[in-house]
Amino acid sequence: MSEHRPVLLTNARLLDPVTGREGPGGVLVAGGVIRDFGHDVVAGSVADAEMVDCGGNLVVPGLVDLRAFIGEPGEEYRETLRSASEAAAAGGVTTVVAQPNTSPVIDDPAVVDFVLRRARDTSIVNIRVAAALTKGCRGQEMSEIGLLKEAGAVAVTDGDRPVTNAQVMRRALMYARVFDMPVIHHVEDPNLVGEGVMNEGEFATRLGLPGIPRAAETIMLERDIRLVELTGGRYHAAMISCRESLDVIRRAKHAGLPVTAGVSINHLTLNEMDIGSYRTFLKLNPPLRNEEDRLAMVEAVAEGLIDVIVSDHNPQDVETKRLTFAECAPGAIGLETMLSAGLRLVEAGQISLPRLLEAMSGTPAKLAGLDAGRMAKGAPADLIALDPEMPWVVDAAALKSRCKNTPFDEARLSGKVTMTMVAGRIVHTYR
Amino acid sequence: MSAPSSFVFPHRHLLGIEGLSRPDIEGLLDLAEEEVAISRQVEKKKSSLRGRTQINLFFEASTRTQSSFELAGKRLGADVMNMSVANSSVKKGETLIDTAMTLNAMRPDIIIVRHHAAGAVHLLARKVDCSVVNAGDGAHEHPTQALLDALTIRNHKKRIEGLTVAICGDIAHSRVARSNIICLQALGARVRLCAPPTLMPAGVERYGVEVFTDMKKALQGVDIVMMLRLQRERMNGSFVPSVQEYFHYYGLDREKLAYAKDDALVMHPGPMNRGVEIASDVADGAQSLIREQVEMGVAIRMAVLEALARRLPNG
Repeated sequence: MSEHRPVLLTNARLLDPVTGREGPGGVLVAGGVIRDFGHDVVAGSVADAEMVDCGGNLVVPGLVDLRAFIGEPGEEYRETLRSASEAAAAGGVTTVVAQPNTSPVIDDPAVVDFVLRRARDTSIVNIRVAAALTKGCRGQEMSEIGLLKEAGAVAVTDGDRPVTNAQVMRRALMYARVFDMPVIHHVEDPNLVGEGVMNEGEFATRLGLPGIPRAAETIMLERDIRLVELTGGRYHAAMISCRESLDVIRRAKHAGLPVTAGVSINHLTLNEMDIGSYRTFLKLNPPLRNEEDRLAMVEAVAEGLIDVIVSDHNPQDVETKRLTFAECAPGAIGLETMLSAGLRLVEAGQISLPRLLEAMSGTPAKLAGLDAGRMAKGAPADLIALDPEMPWVVDAAALKSRCKNTPFDEARLSGKVTMTMVAGRIVHTYR
Repeated sequence: MSAPSSFVFPHRHLLGIEGLSRPDIEGLLDLAEEEVAISRQVEKKKSSLRGRTQINLFFEASTRTQSSFELAGKRLGADVMNMSVANSSVKKGETLIDTAMTLNAMRPDIIIVRHHAAGAVHLLARKVDCSVVNAGDGAHEHPTQALLDALTIRNHKKRIEGLTVAICGDIAHSRVARSNIICLQALGARVRLCAPPTLMPAGVERYGVEVFTDMKKALQGVDIVMMLRLQRERMNGSFVPSVQEYFHYYGLDREKLAYAKDDALVMHPGPMNRGVEIASDVADGAQSLIREQVEMGVAIRMAVLEALARRLPNG
């Protein structure tokens, strides 16, 4: 840590996503926190600081990703905490909330402790843990929600597994409330998904692939909202993908229920047509929907109906993807590309830059009870410098993640993170 | 024998009917008519594939399609090798792509592939240097079936343009239906689909077809009735309540066939479930083309092989 010597970020354009305030200035960082920032924090204003010239780029709070699957422990061939953190740093993500679907499952305080210690020793960004909502993520028995929180878990979820038993879900929501633990749920009815592998509709029919109806998502979401009504538990729908789900979320919010919702960067920037000729990297869960759904998702983020954007980072190696579409594993990596992909929406004028950044930093941080994602004196110095116009072409082989299953391979993106700082320490630079 | 056609098929593979133009399809049908003549000679031999190696790679059991391709290749003079999954390394855990690469190293000229997963043949075609023919991939496409059906119809009706064809049965899981919809529409026919809603794929109306759940209405005034096979595992309550109920509402019997035109013709890609989707007397009746479809199958596959062989290096 560079706690002994302050760092002064100069020649920057500061942007606070929460207030939308933007202007030239600098940031003084010491002891891992933001000491001062503003237009008068300039070179020479602090005598002994290490100077970092940001070259006129934006400096904003680092991103907080609520949903990333990391293979450690148990599936290190997919991703380690180290490799995930390097991908995160390169993508401007300074806090990653790891999902519990590891081997063993993170459903025990000792495993939470192990992951956090391992992350402290190997990761270059902040790693937080979402622990299992039910033991083994099997959806049957509640995990030790209180003890998991004490061990450092920031939320409970079964990750990519839905809790189909409504009684289990009801009790988990009631019980988690005692500890103010957000319950994050993958909203999908497995019976309605059945053998489905992509969005149900004309395109699936043309490809001869079994479809997943929208109702698989909305029915589970509707059920959950009823249970929130019943219990008052704090609830976050991990990822929604279709227009119909927006109506459900809107009604719940109007009713004043403690409900929030997320969407993955993939569902904001891609649609089912991108599957083309059976591209397995585009097989996702929930599936990519059609263009109208995508546009509705984008609009919902812009107006704040959808609170959070996640990477849904899910590394899959060659052997689980080099199969036929129906047989391959779902999932795509996303930590390194989420911000650049999101900037497409800014460039298209569909979402303002502050709103995009807020949905990727301040809001998810607040939801998980993390002190992150804010530009304020005393806040942790998790900051990124961003050139929002810098063009680059995604080269899967050059990505930091251990697995290369990016849906954006060879995509032309604009906007690159040029510097990532975590707790006052620069962990990534790009020139 | 008439002069051999100089038709040039502008594709390296035949992966589906989708992507073929009307001249592509008609060219193959015309060529197939020449092949019919060959197949009716005493010496059923041509030399257009002499020296070529054809591999039949069947991941799904099939007697008629595989033997049809085998015979087609042999009549054209190719060396034909059959590989079925039962005695292949796929059973030992080898992936589709590894199998493709292995076979590719043996330098075949044409590989015929059937696989249970949609898109498998596309995946394989990307990994090999030779021509690939889709002999059925999941519920996606079965192009040679659609071509042989078109040839059979054309033989009898002398045209396809303007005909009305009803395709009935398990549309949702049928690659035959998908290929036929595209093929018949490309040739100017009107297509009707009839199935219980549980066996009708989502969004199918976007193909520009008429969709029915009442078979008598669907057959009203049609020229062709195409029946599809209902897989046994779908008969027991998961998609339809029972065989009896299915046959009652969706099985082709004399009574339902009477709604079609008097000279309507009946087709089925086989193998048939008699008493499930089709009554025996209809299957064996005067209006049935089912046996002729098998003969046209060989001719169409010869035409496809020959058309692809013309494009092979040194072809």
